[in-house]
Amino acid sequence: MTGKGGTGKTTVAAALAISLATRGRKVLLCEVEGRQGIARLFDVPPLPYEEREIGVGHGGGQVYALAIDAEAALMEYLAMYYKLGRAGKALDKFGVIDFATTIAPGVRDVLLTGKVYEAGRRRGKDGGYSYDAIVVDAPPTGRISRFLNVNNEVAGLAKVGPIRKQADAVTTMMQGRRTAVHLVTVLEEMPVQETLDAIADLRSADLGVGNVIVNQVRQSPLTPPAQDAIGSGRLDAAAISASLAKTSIGASAELGVGLLEEGAAHAVRQELQTDQRKVLAGVDTQVIELAYVSEGIDMGALYDLALSLREQGLQ
Amino acid sequence: MTGQARTTPGAGPAWVRGGTGGGAGNASLDVDALLTDPDTQIIVCCGSGGVGKTTTAAALALRAAEQGRAVCVLTIDPARRLAQSMGLTELDNVPRPVAEAGAEGGGSLDAMMLDMKRTFDEVVEAHASPEKAKQILSNPFYVALSSSFAGTQEYMAMEKLGQLYDEAGAGSARAGKRWDLIVVDTPPSRSALDFLDAPERLSSLLDGRFIKLLLAPARGPARFLSAGFAIVTNALNKVLGAQVLSDVQTFVAAFDTLFGGFRQRADATFALLQAEGTAFLVVAAPDPDAMREAAYFVERLTHEDMPLAGLVVNRVTDLPAAAMLDASEAESAARTLDSGAETDQQVAGLLRVHAERMLVRAREQKLKRSFSAAHPAVATVSVPALAGDVHDLEGLRQIGALLTA
Repeated sequence: MTGKGGTGKTTVAAALAISLATRGRKVLLCEVEGRQGIARLFDVPPLPYEEREIGVGHGGGQVYALAIDAEAALMEYLAMYYKLGRAGKALDKFGVIDFATTIAPGVRDVLLTGKVYEAGRRRGKDGGYSYDAIVVDAPPTGRISRFLNVNNEVAGLAKVGPIRKQADAVTTMMQGRRTAVHLVTVLEEMPVQETLDAIADLRSADLGVGNVIVNQVRQSPLTPPAQDAIGSGRLDAAAISASLAKTSIGASAELGVGLLEEGAAHAVRQELQTDQRKVLAGVDTQVIELAYVSEGIDMGALYDLALSLREQGLQ
Repeated sequence: MTGQARTTPGAGPAWVRGGTGGGAGNASLDVDALLTDPDTQIIVCCGSGGVGKTTTAAALALRAAEQGRAVCVLTIDPARRLAQSMGLTELDNVPRPVAEAGAEGGGSLDAMMLDMKRTFDEVVEAHASPEKAKQILSNPFYVALSSSFAGTQEYMAMEKLGQLYDEAGAGSARAGKRWDLIVVDTPPSRSALDFLDAPERLSSLLDGRFIKLLLAPARGPARFLSAGFAIVTNALNKVLGAQVLSDVQTFVAAFDTLFGGFRQRADATFALLQAEGTAFLVVAAPDPDAMREAAYFVERLTHEDMPLAGLVVNRVTDLPAAAMLDASEAESAARTLDSGAETDQQVAGLLRVHAERMLVRAREQKLKRSFSAAHPAVATVSVPALAGDVHDLEGLRQIGALLTA
């Protein structure tokens, strides 16, 4: 799940995880940017580097959450594949872990995506996959292709060797048919433009584009005929005042003028939204819309959004 | 706090109006006073992504130019149409004059877009011999570091600021300085204020034990060949492969001569940010996430003794024209009219538009109040939302006027 900053990609990622966790399915929701956005959303203490159950889906599914931390992932990786118990500590002491995770190009992304890769391939005692689905609250649109296309990142660095092998394996999974990149946007010019740019980038990197999810869509209380009536002047302050006279407010020309002014400004904003919707209509992937939640996002709202995603076919 | 040096005891800085944090809400930020104060030499706009930082920086720069100042604005990643409106059609890392801007008032405006890799290359070229520079620039480790290291953009933005400041020239504000005000936009950092940490992080890393260890073989006698060293190199070879390790070693050896320069530059930039002539503006939008980030920025800047001028809250819902009618009254009247004639139903729609706006405004006001309660000393200005996006000088002018209204 990617999207421009401020479009609500963490919220949509969480809603998708809940939506996927139906009928006993087990879903892992990961974050990779150290923001603890998931913990805040689910109102739980900051997540450690450890998979924890944080919610249930309809019909008994489970949502696990994990905050992936590059340093912890590297130590785990070293321990798991190289049995580097003592050496791992020595590396840390010498600042190698710090170097590798902050300055060594691409390594950070290989580690973050590598952990997703590991969780995606992990099998339980019964031989089946540990998770039925993994949802990643990924970096923003501007960085997403580079983040997933780790192979490219380390290509200039390591032509052979274990890091390269790991990067190759991760890239194969990311480019595979079981991975889809969903893009969250809002109906504003910049986020829509960035979404289109990101789709082009993803495609040229052979990464699968999933759906475009338009978040925070506000339904207008004004019907198109009402907007016409305001625009054309057919509905004027006197007419509004006459209608108001039938209510507890009472007739008021002043209110009529004020309400008309607000209505006109509202119509302008609606039109801008309509324009952006038209731009998105040119995209050849399915566009899903999520309604704006005015009361702020809580658990109830997350389940509503999950339901909305499911009803529109994303599950 | 060094950042408050322009404050005379007992009185706030010139750009803070009213309010003392005594419960009556925050002082308001007088942006014009800040822009026209000849002592203001650098304005840094920071804040989380998607809050209108770039637009704010550009609008401030244009307004200052039109008030007679010689301004340079450094943008990081402007929207395409906004960039075009300022004549930024190519990313060539050089400030270009924005046609006509400010000429009337005797001011001027130059604008540039940051090219992070190019800035880094220039730093290397400036500090290394041509031969060594060539060696560094072609090292795969350097190529990746300069184009994709997570902190590079932040670091280079500050590096460029330092360069522009030097280029602006010494001397008094009026005596032939190329610029007397530099406005910087900052990258939308994942973790707030990465740009403050980046120079320190980079230089501490480059000064670190690991680097010394990698340099050891190049520096001669194997006195570092302790048991620890052997474990580490073995582990690295196993994990990275021998080729990577040798690339790192070449890179580090080549970079060695630059380390001192880097550290020095990082310190100089940090000092410049803390200097009296610098003003930080935290930019936010009136939603819970952006306001929480803003609070974090404010705390961090204060903690680092950075001169915080105030908070800009963008895209605020202004007082609706029919504000005398409250939301619940409007909603209940709308319900009465729902079953009426067509006109009645249309008026019901208008009442609901109004009710929604009143509610949104109330929520935004509440967010701003909570912020003030926690940060009473921070001067604040709110900018009402425009209906459309800003992508020309006229739009920037409008934002500038709203910032100073």
